[in-house]
Amino acid sequence: MTSAKETLRTQLGGNMRENGMMLALLAIVFFFLVVVRAVQDVDFLSAQNITNLFLQNSYVIIMALGMLLVIVSGHIDLSVGSVAAFTGAIAATLTVNSGWPVWAVMPAVLVAGAMIGAAQGYWIAFWRIPSFIVTLAGMLVFRGLTLWLLAGQNIGPFPREFQALSTGFVPDLFGVGRPNMTAIAVIVVAILAIIWQNLRARNHDTAFGMQTGSPAMFWMKHAFISAALLFVGWKLATFRGLPNVLIVMSILIVAYNFFANQTTTGRRIYAVGGNEKAAKLSGIKTDRLVFFTFVNMGVLAALAGMIVTARLNSATPKAGVGFELDVIAAVFIGGASMSGGSGKVIGVVVGALIMGVMNNGMSIMGIGIDYQQVIKGLVLLAAVIFDVYNKNKQG
Amino acid sequence: MTALLEMRGIGKSFPGVRALNRVDLRIEQGEIHAICGENGAGKSTLMKVLSGVYPHGSYEGDIVYEGRTMAFKGIRDSEAEGIIIIHQELALVPLLSIAENIFLGNEVAKSGIINWPLAFQKTEELLAKVGLKEAPGTPVEKLGVGKQQLVEIAKALAKHVKLLILDEPTAALQENDSQKLLDLMLELKAQGVTSIIISHKLNEIRRVADRVTVIRDGSTVSTLNRDEVTEERIIRDMVGRDMENRYPHREPQIGEMLMEVKGWNVGHADQPRQMIKDCSFNVRRGEIVGIAGLMGSGRTELAMSLFGRSYGRFQSGEATIEGKPADLSTVSRAIDAGLAYVTEDRKVLGLILDEPITRNVTLANLAGVASGWVLGKGREHSVAEDYRKALKIRTPGVHQRVVNLSGGNQQKVVLSKWLFTDPQVLILDEPTRGIDVGAKYEIYAIMNDLAAQGRGIVMISSEMPELLGMCDRIFVMNEGKIVGELSRQEASQERIMSLIIRDGNENGEKAA
Repeated sequence: MTSAKETLRTQLGGNMRENGMMLALLAIVFFFLVVVRAVQDVDFLSAQNITNLFLQNSYVIIMALGMLLVIVSGHIDLSVGSVAAFTGAIAATLTVNSGWPVWAVMPAVLVAGAMIGAAQGYWIAFWRIPSFIVTLAGMLVFRGLTLWLLAGQNIGPFPREFQALSTGFVPDLFGVGRPNMTAIAVIVVAILAIIWQNLRARNHDTAFGMQTGSPAMFWMKHAFISAALLFVGWKLATFRGLPNVLIVMSILIVAYNFFANQTTTGRRIYAVGGNEKAAKLSGIKTDRLVFFTFVNMGVLAALAGMIVTARLNSATPKAGVGFELDVIAAVFIGGASMSGGSGKVIGVVVGALIMGVMNNGMSIMGIGIDYQQVIKGLVLLAAVIFDVYNKNKQG
Repeated sequence: MTALLEMRGIGKSFPGVRALNRVDLRIEQGEIHAICGENGAGKSTLMKVLSGVYPHGSYEGDIVYEGRTMAFKGIRDSEAEGIIIIHQELALVPLLSIAENIFLGNEVAKSGIINWPLAFQKTEELLAKVGLKEAPGTPVEKLGVGKQQLVEIAKALAKHVKLLILDEPTAALQENDSQKLLDLMLELKAQGVTSIIISHKLNEIRRVADRVTVIRDGSTVSTLNRDEVTEERIIRDMVGRDMENRYPHREPQIGEMLMEVKGWNVGHADQPRQMIKDCSFNVRRGEIVGIAGLMGSGRTELAMSLFGRSYGRFQSGEATIEGKPADLSTVSRAIDAGLAYVTEDRKVLGLILDEPITRNVTLANLAGVASGWVLGKGREHSVAEDYRKALKIRTPGVHQRVVNLSGGNQQKVVLSKWLFTDPQVLILDEPTRGIDVGAKYEIYAIMNDLAAQGRGIVMISSEMPELLGMCDRIFVMNEGKIVGELSRQEASQERIMSLIIRDGNENGEKAA
């Protein structure tokens, strides 16, 4: 039966994509582990470097979650780097110059991000101005506003509570200190939750007659993921514990994964990107959803802006330059389609980690920024070619 | 008289369909020849054979043109011989000027450099010939449809046309533009250009055509001289076919009034044209009501403007469902009011092709498988599974992407989507277009079941036998108006065609 074969291949194709991405991430990590040790005699997976990896990449992952929704709905947002810089500058002005308390600054900046997203989304969703144009304009406008607000200067330093957003760690609630028992407990709970959740999903799929692959494959994959998470958790625990930003990021990943897969609104965003006309004729308010994805993007860009500002401990006019490229690249490496309608949260996270690990590894190796850009560009191209090739083969 | 063109025994098959059976067509030098036939009779296929869209070797029979047997490989070959088709959808580039359009692909140029002064001068000569008073530099989008058609004809003249083919040229034109176009055809005839006009409008045919060929089911039925042309004769030749028993049996159980539409008026979205004019119709419980009409008569526009104002500019009109005024102002309100519209274009407007059956089935009623904001994947699966069984969707599983399904099965997925909204009234727009005979029968059976459940069905179709076979009543549309209502007993292809043609005649006489 050709059709049965077809399903099997589709299933394998889908899994191959996701598993392939994880294997690629693993291969890249392993490559740097060996090469960095040989060339620099440095441990790539040292506790410090793993912590750094998360601190350096959290904002890319956070913005990529918003960018995924924008791209799934069939649009693009080029302004996120400038928006992150501008919202960082707002945070600095409010905190340092106006002396607002941190608990008031954070929500205020998120609201500012939402308003920026709404201002751009309004033209895109209701006036049908191409998002490429609107957000290209936004990229210039908000970069300019950043320069204006900061008067070309850096503003800092920030109070400790604000810095904690990026450089703070979760203290050990069990009083052991090192290794940090909270970190270990959280990681173990997370592993169990992942296995429980995926096992449930797998049982559902089997009940619905979907091909799910062999149980051996399932357990091998999860043993692998668990081992990797335990390793990372242990390393973090023996250093300073779980970074606050890792907690924020993890909660957002889980929340957006749930939103994208399990909610009616999430489903409708995919429908809008998959076939806007059909979605509209099915009673879906396509304009409003597109507007929402941009508001959401603005909020996440503002959060990322605060994290970057907190990490640098000052708002600078140059903050966030080129972020949009890292973020968009992460989404496409993660398997989203340029024409909208497809893309997964997990794929995007892995895509962002691939970019982050490469940035970090190449910097440690002392590879110049010139080569780094060439290599990153080629990786993006290769990932998308791989996708297109696979899709053509499936026909 | 000598024949300019003879098409002998033309046959053409597509996978599963015999589009042309045996067509003979003889066009004399210097005449205007009309071709008549129902939608789907094979007129456009025949013209595509003639123009080389279907290249030599992909059809049977011979094309003899100016005494030579032709083997066109593409449109360029036929155009080089002076055979030029002007299609219903004009092939002009809106943002380019008249001159640029006329010489597009055929530029007045030496080694790739365009001689604009000469091109403009030639354009002015051509425009004078077709009687269009516009500057050659005017962008085509600034012109109305009638003038655009004249530009198309000027373009044909620039290519030294010998045989000009016009495919329903007046379908989109206002009455006085139509008259001008027909005058131009006669003028070109005087200059020695031979023309073929594909048209349903009897008054036009009478006015310009020297002879008429009627095509039905892919074969030539008759070729008539001007003096033999009568309404009755043409209608009989166009529709005279036996009705086979291709429709599942049904005992109509017709109940009380379900939906009524009164005085529905809709304008074109961005032109000041009126597209739907004062339409009124109704459907009762358990009833299948048909809407007949030629292409472009406004059937789809009427249906889509009812369904959440998805077409054009709403002007006025009332709709009631179950005796209560129905709010149809947005798609989701129309769905809530109990209306569903199954589109004629399932790939573009009906389905998300890359998504699985499950997601397509629930798209219009996600709330039906969700608890509040959270989707129940289990419920979604069983809903899709229920419809797969009920409608006999042939697929390895409901997680199959719909792009992999056949046309008939895709249509069943679209139907499932709308059935899951539990509508009182379903408007089915060309529900059997592009699907094979077996699947058609199944779709008919589903329609009968839905009617038996007490729902009201409105069926739009271009296939008259299908309407006659399925419907309890038939409304006939022409040029945006409902021009007649026929009961099952009254309805026949002849009655429908004559309602349409008489309306066309009246319009013609009013203008004249």
